[in-house]
Amino acid sequence: MNFHAVKAIYRFEMARMFRTVVQSIVAPVLSTSLYFVIFGSAIGSRITEIDGVSYGSFIVPGLIMLSIMTESISNSSFAIYFPKFTGTIFEVLSAPVSYGEVLLGYVGAAATKSVIIGTIILATASFFVDIEIAHPVVMVTFLILTCVSFCLFGFILGIWADGWEKLTIVPILVIMPLTFLGGTFYSISMLPPTWQTISLFNPVVYLISGFRWSFYENADVAVGLSLGITVAFLVACLLVVRWVFKTGYRLRS
Amino acid sequence: MHPKISIKGLTKTYAGGFQALKDVDLEIHRGEIFGLLGPNGAGKTTLINIVCGIVNASSGTVHVDGHDIVTEFRETRAKIGLVPQELPTETFETVRDTLRFSRGLFGRSPDESHIESVLKSLSLWDKRDTKLMMLSGGMKRRVLIAKALSHEPDVLFLDEPTAGVDVELRQDMWNVVDLLRQKGVTVILTTHYIEEAEQLADRVGVINNGEIILVEEKNKLMRDMGKKQLTLHLYDELIDIPRELSSYALELSDSGRELVYNYDTKGEHTGITDLIQDLRNTGVRFNDLQTAQSSLEEIFVDLVHRDR
Repeated sequence: MNFHAVKAIYRFEMARMFRTVVQSIVAPVLSTSLYFVIFGSAIGSRITEIDGVSYGSFIVPGLIMLSIMTESISNSSFAIYFPKFTGTIFEVLSAPVSYGEVLLGYVGAAATKSVIIGTIILATASFFVDIEIAHPVVMVTFLILTCVSFCLFGFILGIWADGWEKLTIVPILVIMPLTFLGGTFYSISMLPPTWQTISLFNPVVYLISGFRWSFYENADVAVGLSLGITVAFLVACLLVVRWVFKTGYRLRS
Repeated sequence: MHPKISIKGLTKTYAGGFQALKDVDLEIHRGEIFGLLGPNGAGKTTLINIVCGIVNASSGTVHVDGHDIVTEFRETRAKIGLVPQELPTETFETVRDTLRFSRGLFGRSPDESHIESVLKSLSLWDKRDTKLMMLSGGMKRRVLIAKALSHEPDVLFLDEPTAGVDVELRQDMWNVVDLLRQKGVTVILTTHYIEEAEQLADRVGVINNGEIILVEEKNKLMRDMGKKQLTLHLYDELIDIPRELSSYALELSDSGRELVYNYDTKGEHTGITDLIQDLRNTGVRFNDLQTAQSSLEEIFVDLVHRDR
């Protein structure tokens, strides 16, 4: 194992985060705080409790998920796309590193950033609403699994994208709607039966539901199923990345 | 002993159908400076990129120090440093940090003294804490050379390293190559400046249309394929070459003020002594003379032209 290479990539990517600390950390914290002010306090005060949890507290897990999914994709897709764009990727391709080591460096750093952001948002939320975490280990498991899975997804996106537009189109047109329709701001049991059924095809529903269960023991779907879907998504992303490195798709001509 | 790099039956056909390399066989000797020459699009960069692992070969094998570049990529890539043709550099990193990154990427433990010596050898020490985006093109070229040397490679590929750089950097680069030669590093140099290959290379390979058309020891190549020319500056203008001198390969130039004699460098008998004797006998006087030998550039142009 080339530990020095993993460390070099990881440190390089973390340094990028600290260079752009406003964009990396302050921006998601600010936008999440605004969500709490608008949905938690202004509108939330007029909404009754959901499954015995105040609306402000209810949306905390969903907002954390919304932020870490967006940030994970954004960080890891940019991390691999930018060297492709500038041409510096030649150095990684010519280095004595396996695809697993490249992933560990890039995805590890991006996932670390996402976990930091998730933790900061959780801390920020605690200033606005009461938060209790019923199952801390499950909460951390979901947090890390989601960060890693979506960082892998972002990595694939960064390799696939051959222009800046493609890099932003998937998060805006696919991920954002799935997240908003995945139960961030509501329980899917509040939807009409047909929409409840349709929602079950949205993988984000399972992530948010499982994560929310770790806080309040309330879930739209069984927590085991949530965990299974999350792991399945992670494995699917790993398989795609493995194929990408094996074939050199959009990396090696 | 294994050659440092052994390439056998290497072909590359890109997705669009363009065949960049056609059954290339090539051996690079340990510790030599090998000049790979060829016109634009000849396949030089594709060949280098395959050896370095950036491009996948369509068929054929490449071994570095006896290790296969595909199945034993860790061993081969750790030995190779590459200075690419373009200038891809990070933007916000400092010069020293980008060298630390490269060294780590190639599996080497941190060594600040080595990084310092590389930076100093390329006159970059004063710029060590400067962000890469603040550097000029020439300085970026130096940084790329420094990055390639940061992990102490056994083999260094220099793909057009002095394209568009000033004389000072070219001289610095030549000094670095000379230093590497003394350390036993194998250097493969592609260049448009044939003068550079003439100055540095031990052996020369010429590639054209994806095929290696010649590999030869540089001095032998210049001896075998080069022509020598003797130019005599005449006292009196000549209208025609005297009949007595018709057996020599002579040409008149500069409106009859110069007599040019082409002779074979390989021949034991150049004919110069006889020519001078016959000139005296025919009363043709000269006040100066000079000799010139074909440059590697002329040989290269001739080879590529013949291959078309």
